[in-house]
Amino acid sequence: MSEIKKIHDMLSSKQISCKELTEKYLEQIESANKELNAYVNVTADTALLQAEKVDKKIFEGEEIGLLEGVPMTLKDNLSTKGIETTCCSKILTGYKPIYNATVWDKLESDGAVLLGKTNMDEFAMGSSCETSYFGGATNPFNTKHCAGGSSGGVASAVAGNIAPYGLGSDTGGSIRQPASFCGVVGLKPTYGAVSRYGLIAYASSLDQIGPITKTVEDASIVFDAISDYDTKDSTCQGRKGRKTYDTVNDDIKGMKIGIAREYLEGIRDDVKEAVLNAVKVYESLGAEIIYFDMPALKFALPVYYIIACAEASSNLGRYDGIRYGFKAEHYNGTHDMMCRTRSEGFGEEVKRRILLGTYVLSAGYYDAYYKKAQNLRGTIVKAFDSAFTKCDFVLAPTVPMTAFEMGHAVSDPVETYLTDICTVPVNIAGLPAVSIPCGFNSKGMPIGMQLIGNKFSEATILNAANAYEKAAGENFKETKWGVKL
Amino acid sequence: MKYELVGGFETHVELSTKTKIFCSCTTKFGGEPNTHCCPVCIGLPGTLPKLNRQVVRYAIMAGLATNCEIAEVAKMDRKNYCYPDLPKAYQISEYDKPLCEHGYIELSNGRKIRILRIHIEEDAGKLIHAHGDTYVDYNRGGVPLIEIVTEPDFRSVDEAREYVEKLQQIMRYIGVSDCRMQEGSMRCDVNISVRPEGSDKLGTRTEIKNMNSINNIVKAMEYEFERQVDVIENGGEVIQETLRYDDATNTTSSMRGKEDANDYRYFRDPDLVTILTSREEVEEIRKTLPELPEAKKNRYIDEYDIPEKDAELLTKYRKVSEYFDEAVKGLKNPKTVSNFIIGSIFRRVETEKDKESFDVAVSPENLNELVKLIEDKKIQNNLAKKTLEKMLDTGKPCGEFIDENDLGGVDDSALEQMCKNAIQSNPNAVADYKGGKEKALMSLLGNVMKQSRGKADAQAVRSKLIELINQG
Repeated sequence: MSEIKKIHDMLSSKQISCKELTEKYLEQIESANKELNAYVNVTADTALLQAEKVDKKIFEGEEIGLLEGVPMTLKDNLSTKGIETTCCSKILTGYKPIYNATVWDKLESDGAVLLGKTNMDEFAMGSSCETSYFGGATNPFNTKHCAGGSSGGVASAVAGNIAPYGLGSDTGGSIRQPASFCGVVGLKPTYGAVSRYGLIAYASSLDQIGPITKTVEDASIVFDAISDYDTKDSTCQGRKGRKTYDTVNDDIKGMKIGIAREYLEGIRDDVKEAVLNAVKVYESLGAEIIYFDMPALKFALPVYYIIACAEASSNLGRYDGIRYGFKAEHYNGTHDMMCRTRSEGFGEEVKRRILLGTYVLSAGYYDAYYKKAQNLRGTIVKAFDSAFTKCDFVLAPTVPMTAFEMGHAVSDPVETYLTDICTVPVNIAGLPAVSIPCGFNSKGMPIGMQLIGNKFSEATILNAANAYEKAAGENFKETKWGVKL
Repeated sequence: MKYELVGGFETHVELSTKTKIFCSCTTKFGGEPNTHCCPVCIGLPGTLPKLNRQVVRYAIMAGLATNCEIAEVAKMDRKNYCYPDLPKAYQISEYDKPLCEHGYIELSNGRKIRILRIHIEEDAGKLIHAHGDTYVDYNRGGVPLIEIVTEPDFRSVDEAREYVEKLQQIMRYIGVSDCRMQEGSMRCDVNISVRPEGSDKLGTRTEIKNMNSINNIVKAMEYEFERQVDVIENGGEVIQETLRYDDATNTTSSMRGKEDANDYRYFRDPDLVTILTSREEVEEIRKTLPELPEAKKNRYIDEYDIPEKDAELLTKYRKVSEYFDEAVKGLKNPKTVSNFIIGSIFRRVETEKDKESFDVAVSPENLNELVKLIEDKKIQNNLAKKTLEKMLDTGKPCGEFIDENDLGGVDDSALEQMCKNAIQSNPNAVADYKGGKEKALMSLLGNVMKQSRGKADAQAVRSKLIELINQG
């Protein structure tokens, strides 16, 4: 059952006050966060203030909205007015935005209770959350393992029951991969379905904000709340069609599920097995399975790393110590100040990607890298277009493996890049995809699969994901941490 | 050896839209530092640009007014470089798909200066050096600009001067910019090279920046031309570099080359969508363009028979020409209006700025009324001129200064009587005239004009006097 609805019912029926509930979460954060390191900034005061407002409303007999009074968290790259927003980078320490991201504006006006800002890889660059200036978030299923990244903090908090839900961002898998690692649901919406205004950019043509939740229904509720046209983001069109929640419980009989063989190559056996078991579940639900090839997928990784790094090198140029955030202490003149601020303020992975991006955009290299990558991006888009003429959605593993052990990802960055193989095609093509748990490996670590839809078909993939979740409930397990409702 | 100058212009023109190119902050000049700013134009993390469509419209107007083709599909790119006045570390501009291309401006010598492109972009902030420190003011950051780039088509300093004047005039006419060089709303960079006369090879060019008036542009180009010729004559080679013009010393000196050191790493800005312009929209904009100065000037010459020099004076400022157009309505002789404007009114409106606003005490309707009286032969030209001065002094219509007695002219019998009076009372003058002194007639004419209090038509008086003298 939907965690959000459960909390909503508890609040509405006065089983618990919003303040009590919020305090419960704050207490659990205090104890669990020592090990999970999911939160980098707990906003207890504002949370309690908001909770009191909701309680007053309930006390006065007013009806409350579905998200009203429900505690939640935001990844630390979403701008929150007056609340430090660092992207888990030293270079943004002390930076308090003077405006709200559109998604937070919407949720705040819906009455959401912000518990705090959650951990992430620095500037969302990483797959284990360990490039964070504040150290990585750990996996609630086994804290020797990482939570994944980059939205590792949100996934860890949701799996660890110290947030009912949260918003993350997904540039190359940053919502789906940690959701998969932590055994929770992560939705990466269609590019342009949710406003990016206020999301501190990593790679502007790939970034999307989306929810990480306990259940598919929750993902649907939160997506419906945040997907809207926004005049502040030219690339945003909002949700097309009805609320996804309206159809999330529909029958999926006759739905066509596509499986691209390339997605099953180089996948660990335990993951492959879990995904193929899920296919059987779908067959039992009356879905039709169609196999095909998508050779264009082999270009996805290099295309992703070229485009993402190129855009990042430009997006991160503004951190120069002049206007906000960290500034080097000792310097000699403006130029030296900028150089030292950036050298001291950015971590290794960020510097690596800025250098890579600067290189691929340089005169003499642009055609060989960036331009070629853009052309191949078109090829990948076309491959998906053609796939969706055959099926309603594509089913694939989210990650070729389960959560890495702590320290593993940062020790070999290039090998870690390769693990993004299943997630990046979706961003390149601007498609929606939802990752849901589909089993556990022998060591009890969660395995995830993703349902990839055509543009603006969030309703379809959430409907299909929900059908699986209901049919295979045993794959959704609770961890020992946090608030027990 | 004789040398020829080859020049090209890159002109930045600030557009006079009310709000900035990517946010709703005001574009007003000045203001306390950093008060015309918002999260978007100071590039705070997470903010996104939203293109102000009015900027596209103004740029299309500029393109159409300079005979450009307007792109149906254009896009915006990022020009990456680090400087404290550029808060995002990139300027949003147009790189390989500009909005307007392939235009020209025709000079009076018949040569066409080809316009390679006009593109839109955002302005940067400004550094302020004070109290031994450097500060940044982002008020100007995000103000919309168009950059107008010509081919290297200039062959003389005079052509350059005329081009800048014409460009300024056109932009002001169509109302997209006030083009004030002193305030920086029009900024010219000049590329210049020299070559032996007759050669068709281009020499190495230098780029001159920092000229804040047309006179400075002319002086800088003259100086730089001489300097390059000297370098070559002395066996040296011109180095490709960016120069700063110093008007105090009238010299150019090398700036630390921004271009040489920088690779701008242009790429399409993923935050902005493609700019689509339909042919219908372009035609709709074309219809709203006012008559341009060149066309207007030719019309004045052809239809109104106004001398070219006068037509030029009348069309130099849009407001003056509009005043003239209003004042000549329904008149047979627009030349009289032109003479009054250039002769009497311009004496009171002297500065460039005043001519630009052309705020005259006499309305064009009142001037029209006055000239109508002349055309109907109800009032003499001289009297009208004096009346106009009084009108300009007071702002009152001509009726206030012309009484009944002045109007109606002089009928033929009255005129004959006056001429007879003059002949009778000036026998000496009559005798002198008869003796061959043509000038003697003038005193008789003066006498008649006096009698008629200036109302009589001098030409008619003259022929009447001759007729009467010859009879008698």
